[in-house]
Amino acid sequence: MNAPRNNSRNAIQAPQRKASDFRIRSNRLAEFSVERDYDKCIKCEVCIRQCSFDVHYYEEEEDLIKHRSEDCVGCQRCAVLCPTDALTIRPNPAQYRAHGSWSSEHVKDINLQAETGGVVLTGAGNDKPMPVYWDKLLINASQVTNPSIDPLREPMELRTFLGAKPDGVEIENGKLVTSMPPQVQIETPILFSAISYGAISYNVQKALAEAAVELGTLFNTGEGGLHPDFYKYRDHAIVQVASGRFGVHPDYLNAARIVEIKIGQGAKPGIGGHLAGEKVSESVSITRMIPAGTDAISPAPQHDIYSIEDLRMLVYAIKEATNYRVPVSVKIAAVHNAAAIASGIVRAGADVIAIDGFRGGTGAAPKVIRDNVGLPIEFALASVDKRLRDEGIRNRVTLIAGGGIRSAGDVVKAIALGADAVYIGTAALIAVGCTLCQKCYSGKCNWGIATQDPYLAKRVNPDIARKRLVNLVKGWSHEIKEMLGGMGINSIESLRGSRSQLRGIGLTTEELNVLGVAPAGN
Amino acid sequence: MSSIITNSKVEIDAAGLPYRELNQQIRSAVSIGAKHITLRNVAGQRYIGTNLYEAADRKALDELEIEILGTPGNDLGMFLDGPSITVYGNVMDGTGNTMNAGRIVVHGRAGDITGFSARGGEIFIRDDAGYRTGIHMKEFGSMRPIVVIGGTTQDFLGEYMAGGLIIILGLTLKPGELHYFSHVGTGMHGGAILVRGGLADYQLGNGVGVVNLEEKDRDSLLKYVELYGTYFGVDVAQVNVDQFVKLAPLSKRPYKQLYAY
Repeated sequence: MNAPRNNSRNAIQAPQRKASDFRIRSNRLAEFSVERDYDKCIKCEVCIRQCSFDVHYYEEEEDLIKHRSEDCVGCQRCAVLCPTDALTIRPNPAQYRAHGSWSSEHVKDINLQAETGGVVLTGAGNDKPMPVYWDKLLINASQVTNPSIDPLREPMELRTFLGAKPDGVEIENGKLVTSMPPQVQIETPILFSAISYGAISYNVQKALAEAAVELGTLFNTGEGGLHPDFYKYRDHAIVQVASGRFGVHPDYLNAARIVEIKIGQGAKPGIGGHLAGEKVSESVSITRMIPAGTDAISPAPQHDIYSIEDLRMLVYAIKEATNYRVPVSVKIAAVHNAAAIASGIVRAGADVIAIDGFRGGTGAAPKVIRDNVGLPIEFALASVDKRLRDEGIRNRVTLIAGGGIRSAGDVVKAIALGADAVYIGTAALIAVGCTLCQKCYSGKCNWGIATQDPYLAKRVNPDIARKRLVNLVKGWSHEIKEMLGGMGINSIESLRGSRSQLRGIGLTTEELNVLGVAPAGN
Repeated sequence: MSSIITNSKVEIDAAGLPYRELNQQIRSAVSIGAKHITLRNVAGQRYIGTNLYEAADRKALDELEIEILGTPGNDLGMFLDGPSITVYGNVMDGTGNTMNAGRIVVHGRAGDITGFSARGGEIFIRDDAGYRTGIHMKEFGSMRPIVVIGGTTQDFLGEYMAGGLIIILGLTLKPGELHYFSHVGTGMHGGAILVRGGLADYQLGNGVGVVNLEEKDRDSLLKYVELYGTYFGVDVAQVNVDQFVKLAPLSKRPYKQLYAY
């Protein structure tokens, strides 16, 4: 053996490497192409500071800002914040040879798995070009025979009551004598859906809570518990009890307007979740009531629920725990037999059923599940509403539809298909700044939303985020009123389940049957 | 009908009472200052002890004792937050489900998911317990749940366990007999299981390994074995700390390698 000689070029020995140290070289093409206009670039380094994926870097030798396109996730943060518009981020024009069966996405995912042997993760909702049935439904309006109403001049009611309704009411001497199940009043039929602190940052959950207060609606803690600071928003909180039972204790249950049992989520029906230990910061740990840095594992099923009878047991455990003061919701993912399951959920004593369609978002899900499992919310909602009406039990439950509600038009269509209210999650996060780059699982969200990194999280100013959320829901609410007025209706109640206000366009007879709507022109 | 014996001692005859009514009667008794409640003829009523926090303050709850004669139903002491419950009989599924604080002592055997998702408190089962005992128990700060089983349990003992301590005494096993559970500690990522009695390698779940007892484990064993003996009037002289093996998670992040980044 030659001893290393200090004065030679070999003085620094290559470190001894084991076979396991060698990373397999990536064969993947970059997804995005970063284009920098050097005539415009003033080397201010904003892009370097903004990108948590380290795409941009300064090279001293050439005194230039450079980039590594292969690390770009396409979130557009740098492009938006570049003061001289020097950056353009676009899908990489270089693609694998076009193939009708093997898309570039397939090729890239296969390479990623060949390199790592893991499950491909993703975030946000299903991004595949599957039919969106909202876009194949058209809303009616009055002409001549029934005057339309101008919501700017006349009262228009969006107020909604969540909770089971009795089979009938008895009134004596002008007073209601029927004992009513607990009801929760909201001022617009739009609620913020479950997004846990852990999946999103403290500031974003705070903004959602404060927006819910200002709007007279509810936010949902998700399954990550309620941070001690957020108990002050209790009058506008839905708290979740999920398979991990994180942060679930008597005070938490009694802090809520509604307690929601989370069975499933549209983005990942049938599976649980693992919040990575890196995201369990000190503050998240206090909220979830687990040690910081440990994985927060949500098992796939709740291990005290293996049947409808077991579900009834948990529903009533929560009712006992809250002394029958709050409605209990059960959230399920839209799956093929959702209608029969919903019927069972009503019989299990739930006051609210939330159904989450397959376009619903997520902080992290296996891509193969997100993109291949579940049902469009339009079908699930229509079939559940019909089943419950056929069985004469529709009044016993409030239906909340979620998973792909993108506009006030979708809200109106959902309510006409049978929903009492809708959950919005992705739309709310877009209002806060999300650009759907789908990297929520990485914890590196450049927009400060899906991250626990304090440097990134402070990018969301909770006051501005609250204002943007309030603006969004106010705008939608007004649009809903305009559409109701157009139909000659002055109350959202009158639209509920009124499928005669909808017509289908470009749908097959079977699809129309499932949706329970007539074809356009009929 | 409940009958008040003294201001602090109350007896309730649970015969024929639906659980909602029984639990309401217990709450009423607690709200008038009962410190010791005896429930007679309990037969399947659920959620006993679940919601007493509305009836009394923290201190009163911590001092409250509930004695159950008969067989309580599922979810005994679900969300329990302070009181001590003693059962003279067997218990069903979900005993101590998601409990926060308090103690449940069962003079008999237990059904499935005993101590499910418990975050604090103590559960003592004199005999055997069913499937998924101690599943997904956690701990947080000074809260650390303890489950002591006198005999053995069915499969998936301590599955997904994230914290706390399970002690299995194996007293119901015949000499040389193996424990009944397999897949013990599957997905475990925190806490510890201390087992006395026959255990083969194949009974261990993924992600769990046998490690040496630490001093704190020996201290816990001495304390809880003695308590077991006291609660049930059992001679525990035959139980020796050196007869235990400790099962602990191999990783706090069992699924770290599962995903492609």
